[in-house]
Amino acid sequence: MTTTHLGKIKGVNGNLIRVEFASPVAQNEVGYARTGNLRLKAEVIRIRGTVAELQVFEDTSDLHVGDTVEFTGELLSVELGPGLLGSIYDGLQNPLPELAAESGFFLQRGKYLASLDRKKTWAFTPVATVGAVVQAGDTLGTVPEGIFQHRIMVPFNLRGKLTVESVAAVGDYRVDQVAAVLVDERGGKHDALFHQRWPVKLPIKLFAERLRPTEPLVTKVRIVDTFFPVARGGTYCIPGPFGAGKTVLQQITSRYADVDIVIIAACGERAGEVVETLREFPHLEDPRTGRSLMERTLIICNTSSMPVAAREASVYTGVTLAEYYRQMGLHVLLLADSTSRWAQALREMSGRLEEIPGEEAFPAYLESVIAAFYERGGVVKLRDGGIGSVTIGGTVSPAGGNFEEPVTQSTLKVVGAFHGLSRERSDARRFPAIQPLDSWSKYTGVVPDEQVTFARGMLRRGNEVNQMMKVVGEEGTSIDDFVTYLKAEYLDSVYLQQDAYHEVDSATSSERQQYVFGRIHKVLKTRMQFAEKDAARQFFQRLTQLTRDWNRVAMDGPEFKELESRAEQMLAEVTSYA
Amino acid sequence: MLKTYQQIEQIAGNVIVVKASDVGYRELAQVTSAQGTSLAQVIRLEGDRVYLQVFTGSRGVATDAQVRFLGHPMQVPFSEALLGRIFTGSGQPRDRGPAIQENMTAIGGPSVNPAKRIIPRNMVRTGIPMIDVFNTLVESQKLPIFSVAGEPYNPLLARIALQAEVDVIILGGMGLKHDDYLYFRDVLEEKGALARSVMFVHTAADPVVECLMVPDIALAVAEQFALQKKRVLVLLTDMTNFADAMKEIAITMEQIPSNRGYPGDLYSQLAARYEKAVDFDTAGSITILAVTTMPGDDVTHPVPDNTGYITEGQFYLRNGRIEPFGSLSRLKQLVNDKTRADHRTIMNSMIQLYAAYKETLEKQAMGFRMSVWDQKLLKYGVRFEKEMMDLSVNIPLEQALDLGWQILADCFDATETGIPSKMTDKYWPKK
Repeated sequence: MTTTHLGKIKGVNGNLIRVEFASPVAQNEVGYARTGNLRLKAEVIRIRGTVAELQVFEDTSDLHVGDTVEFTGELLSVELGPGLLGSIYDGLQNPLPELAAESGFFLQRGKYLASLDRKKTWAFTPVATVGAVVQAGDTLGTVPEGIFQHRIMVPFNLRGKLTVESVAAVGDYRVDQVAAVLVDERGGKHDALFHQRWPVKLPIKLFAERLRPTEPLVTKVRIVDTFFPVARGGTYCIPGPFGAGKTVLQQITSRYADVDIVIIAACGERAGEVVETLREFPHLEDPRTGRSLMERTLIICNTSSMPVAAREASVYTGVTLAEYYRQMGLHVLLLADSTSRWAQALREMSGRLEEIPGEEAFPAYLESVIAAFYERGGVVKLRDGGIGSVTIGGTVSPAGGNFEEPVTQSTLKVVGAFHGLSRERSDARRFPAIQPLDSWSKYTGVVPDEQVTFARGMLRRGNEVNQMMKVVGEEGTSIDDFVTYLKAEYLDSVYLQQDAYHEVDSATSSERQQYVFGRIHKVLKTRMQFAEKDAARQFFQRLTQLTRDWNRVAMDGPEFKELESRAEQMLAEVTSYA
Repeated sequence: MLKTYQQIEQIAGNVIVVKASDVGYRELAQVTSAQGTSLAQVIRLEGDRVYLQVFTGSRGVATDAQVRFLGHPMQVPFSEALLGRIFTGSGQPRDRGPAIQENMTAIGGPSVNPAKRIIPRNMVRTGIPMIDVFNTLVESQKLPIFSVAGEPYNPLLARIALQAEVDVIILGGMGLKHDDYLYFRDVLEEKGALARSVMFVHTAADPVVECLMVPDIALAVAEQFALQKKRVLVLLTDMTNFADAMKEIAITMEQIPSNRGYPGDLYSQLAARYEKAVDFDTAGSITILAVTTMPGDDVTHPVPDNTGYITEGQFYLRNGRIEPFGSLSRLKQLVNDKTRADHRTIMNSMIQLYAAYKETLEKQAMGFRMSVWDQKLLKYGVRFEKEMMDLSVNIPLEQALDLGWQILADCFDATETGIPSKMTDKYWPKK
């Protein structure tokens, strides 16, 4: 291991410490500030002359000028290996349940535990053979982890071609045991353990090529999959003012999304929301496998009252773990809530470093940092021909709900889909509050394009009529325009809106979306004849209620067909054949 | 053991700089000058320069004042004897009672491990339909009341505190008008609740640094009670004053302001306090109700804006009523499926119809002809405002739900409301 060097604290300002050092120190190197019996983890973020500035991942109370800092020579890293799934970590990958078992109700400062269980054994089946030539990221063997075959891979930091000298036999092993011994081109020997470490701020790039995201990622939220789809390996963002339902939308997605693994990075948000996830998921069934939802979930939880610097690390921890599983040919969805809190953590540190501030005091490098983060998503072809993907969905919490602010704008430049939430829609209890006229997506969805385009046109015209009616009133509006308005409202109430708490309505499969949208598309296309506006309104009120009831029954039940034919009948009564 | 220093290098705002060594970050000190003795806290260390924030302000502090470091951070006593007592922002008695020195615990302690929290499950009944029916308050929730000066937010806070079934009430007053402080004291006393209350009060006339301590002290005490399996309700009024106090110190310390002069860590600072709201898995709970006045009635002002992102909803108090739009209890879904089967239906339908009523009002104001539907909405809106929204209404939840159905049935046909047929079949009042 690298030897440790020592430094001395010269100043303390919030969670920033200034440390004088003598031997070489690297940018982003990890150091520990020692006071009394405490060792507080910190990261170098600037070096000037013989003084390094470190952000401490803990409360700095009681640090003294003159206290010692140990530099470790290692960049901020995470442990990668079997046993990650189902875990609940803080931003630095400390397991929270284990911390609770040791220290009780509160997070004790300076307490760090191994991320992976050192006692648990895993049933190993070797794949690589002695004498084979391998390189970083190649599979040495597998262990079953829940429903997946977890690949034990050649350590990612080894360079060039390596020859397998020996590989562990079939059997049970702990994560700190040796899986294989590898010899590099110069004859140096390397132990490949059942786990490895990787610096969070460096992307894992051990694939053959990056592909264009084309396959839709079904979230089972109708407005998303039909109107503003997300692709596997794509990126999307959900900006919205507080109370518009960003987190609820992400929670729903984390439950129903059609991917192998979901990583939830709760970054600087409410603890209560994470608690809901971590208490409920173990009891929820994964609709794809019938197993506990927790088996495909990994939670990184650095809530708003936990130290700010670790909040910045948490999104990187999340994306690194996602890249690790992608390397096994799996489809991973990373949900980061909220990227604004991460940006604010950058702003806080930038302020303490007294850097020249950019817009709204965010640092000038904000944009490139955000872009680099989202660029870690993507669908890739692995060297063995397998396909894996990391999809990143980030919420943005713009100050005052104003999308013109720097974090939203920087994010919009780099993502492939924009789900803008609106205060008006959430006030009117229209969930999900995605604004259908402003949002966009560059990916292909589950419903035929021409149907969606037609429906979108209807929404736009309905909105225009509605605006016009505010000026000229209902009596000044022609009945045709009025029906257009009612059709748009109908589409909104029965398709765009979805009851997140209803057992059937909360998740709509892509088959059901195709089927139901086909019917609704037919309603929108139908020319209708009404004697007067009140009759038209009443018709749509009744049809809306019927369709909502329809949304709430299972697709394979008898009621589904019955309600459908009743709606057809209603429609036939008002159809104009002129 | 205790070190005394006399070399004060700088006095600016409420922050003094003294040359000293072996001082811990956040350590407490006593500053003694001709004007008397005050507590002070270390807020920055730079070589041998120690920056201290003086609780009673720097007015009258001389360059030869004595600074004695106490070797520990800010602490607060804890015992049952706190109940019924009133203290200042730095923990000194404000009533005539004796000082308490038992079980000193540090304030601003570490945050709760999320793994030790449980999903909140108990409703807090308030008798206010706009809360109970539409935005149910839940034990361990953190919820601010967004309001403007002149609105009756303090009486509302007091009323909720008195009607809620909790074991301990802790009031943290920041920048309170002296009248308001006396109001809280008298109301709690009148209703016999003072004996289960502790008050930490900073009035507008007190030094600004003490204002900064109030939430931490109040919440540290609340935490201790909660660990003893008590259900604690913490009232904080007014958090905007707290944020303004932070702004003052930040600017004195020459920090780069981020938005309208507030420091960049406003969100983290507010969150550190609000996140103390908790339901422990084997102990009690802390519920936080706070008041946030919105300067200029502007919800995009940094204080209400950041607060909204932290708290689990908000109540808008405007024109003496809790507004249904914008008001939100994020935790209501956790409890309102266990109250009565029609709770959610009434909650959603009545608000959607009220929104439609507001649109009709606009149309009416512009002189458009009112359709049959508009007429129905107008009738509905008036009754909703009078019988549900008015703050003087004080009825239990079940009665409020029945009233909701009655109002709907008096104004509409069942199919017009958008309520699923299964619900109307069961609950729609028969004429």
